Amino acid sequence: MITEKRNTKEFLQSNSHGNFSQVFGINSVKYLTYFIIFILFLLLGKIVWEGSEVISWEFLTSEPRENMTQGGIGPAIFGTLSVIFLMILFAVPIGVCSAIYISEYARDNFFTRLIRAGVNNLAGVPSIVIGLFGLGFFVLFVGKNIDQLLNTGLLFGKPAMLWASATLAVLVLPTIIVTTIEALNSVPVSQRTASYSLGATKWQTIRNVVLPQARPGILTGIILAVSRGAGETAPILFLGCAFFLPDLPIAYLDFGLFSIPMINPAEQFMYLSYHIFILATQSANPTLTKPIQFGTTLVLIIITILLNLTAVIFRYRFRRTLSEVRHI
Amino acid sequence: MATKNTSPYAKKISKKFRIKEVIIKYFFALNSWVAVLFILLIFFFLVKEGIKAFDQIGMSDFIFGVDQGTGEKVFEWYPTSDNSRFSVIPLLLGTFLTALPAVLISTFFGVAVGIYLSEVAKSRVREVLKPIIELFAGIPTVVLGFFMLVVGATLFQDIFDNISRLNAFLAAFGLSFIVIPIIASLTEDALRAIPLEVRMSSYALGASRWQTITKVLIPSAISGISGGIILGFGRAIGETMIVLMASGNAAELTLNIFKSVRTMTATIAAEMGEVSQESNHYYALFVIGVALFITTFLLNLIAEVIINKMRKKVKRLE
Repeated sequence: MITEKRNTKEFLQSNSHGNFSQVFGINSVKYLTYFIIFILFLLLGKIVWEGSEVISWEFLTSEPRENMTQGGIGPAIFGTLSVIFLMILFAVPIGVCSAIYISEYARDNFFTRLIRAGVNNLAGVPSIVIGLFGLGFFVLFVGKNIDQLLNTGLLFGKPAMLWASATLAVLVLPTIIVTTIEALNSVPVSQRTASYSLGATKWQTIRNVVLPQARPGILTGIILAVSRGAGETAPILFLGCAFFLPDLPIAYLDFGLFSIPMINPAEQFMYLSYHIFILATQSANPTLTKPIQFGTTLVLIIITILLNLTAVIFRYRFRRTLSEVRHI
Repeated sequence: MATKNTSPYAKKISKKFRIKEVIIKYFFALNSWVAVLFILLIFFFLVKEGIKAFDQIGMSDFIFGVDQGTGEKVFEWYPTSDNSRFSVIPLLLGTFLTALPAVLISTFFGVAVGIYLSEVAKSRVREVLKPIIELFAGIPTVVLGFFMLVVGATLFQDIFDNISRLNAFLAAFGLSFIVIPIIASLTEDALRAIPLEVRMSSYALGASRWQTITKVLIPSAISGISGGIILGFGRAIGETMIVLMASGNAAELTLNIFKSVRTMTATIAAEMGEVSQESNHYYALFVIGVALFITTFLLNLIAEVIINKMRKKVKRLE
């Protein structure tokens, strides 16, 4: 029945002869789409063309030298990875648990609708406003109060990596929740019913049946969140981003004989996207640093596009496995 | 009979399980309130800092920006001097001069892309094009701002004569990169939600494909499409990095789209780092933050209501 409908539609679609407005309309819609895609590739092409000239192993690992005109972006890559790592630690447990409640437990009542509206609206808050909130809440309220309670002077009450990643976690929370809900909802109800009929409780069903099947979908959400977090600049502008830091934000945990290097979340950090912004707008000589600007942009683009592509592939595979499950 | 637990041991187990299940349920429920909690916290902390601005600056000063020397009304945002003026009118104008053209450009292209993907493209073509359009949305905004600043500005100066190097139109062009995917995907969703029977009836009446699209499908999907346009408008107003890098950041009172402007978001981004805490200027920036939060909140709400209405209407059609 459905395939029959499809075929009719395809037939009608291929049947594109007609008067002038018909041909003109259909074609203009088509070429406008290709024009947009052409512009996108033009943009990416220009960045790849200019950026690939400076990218080398040394560029990726060394630190900036000679007033930012030489050297590489090693500390910025390190800073981005550290912040994203902490962001994931904050956002994923809360996001996934929240999605499990909304998808598996919640009934359709006023409170559930309120929670859903909250998630949707959090996704719509401008990133700069989230940055303001991060400064007002995390740094000036939470941080200052921790300092007062623990008598730590000015350890927490200043912009630092910890608060930057917490703020980014607020920003990506809706992404994780929405994709996880989608993943959980796509697990067929029959799987749950089968599990219940074997005597499993709700939690056992979720842990042993639903979550394993939804795992690729949840992973897609995490990947999208990482990509979003790595690309954002506005929320962390006032949360400890630095133009240039001579040392990596690392602290050593001392165990007497040996010491383990750890990310130090109380430090300032360099960030890839912020690095692009600051080099392009506020460095002493923007023309001298232009190759480095394009190189940094290319690195950021590669990271985000690779992550997005991975998410697309994951989603595709996830849907295929699920359709196999349904056929059984 | 199954409910009767004859063995006391089984009873114990089931009770243990039941308590565990309830604890787990409430743990998840607690987590699910975090998003709502953050919405409330964002509003509360922005208002808490912003309200202190009104201790010394009056509501009318935020609109007219009274010059303390002469007492004249000057529409200026000039917060750093002794004689500071806090009129947000130039910032509002800047925001609309960038967001409105961006939405106009994006509506034109976005709706076209949506129609193409939903109605014209064969399913194989669509499967390739859709992820590419989605890639658009994945490009970091700082990259778009950088591209506009470094490549776009020079290009635009060659095309148009007599314009500021960085201007509102350049920023609007950059913004449309992020608004087009939103409008395109919501247009496509709205069109695809219309049942096939509607198309069939139109064809049966002798309408051509283009007539069906313009006279039947777009009118039925209009609420979904306009919801997408409103969402895109909200995104354009709230976007920071593109306008910060490409709009020129001059808080001037102008309606010329080829002049430098400064938006609300760019003002916060550019000035928050340098302002001294607990000054009037600092609180004034939070007031702008509250205004942004409320504007985008309302726009998102309106879009959501419109799109939900559309879904109900489509359900009735089926």
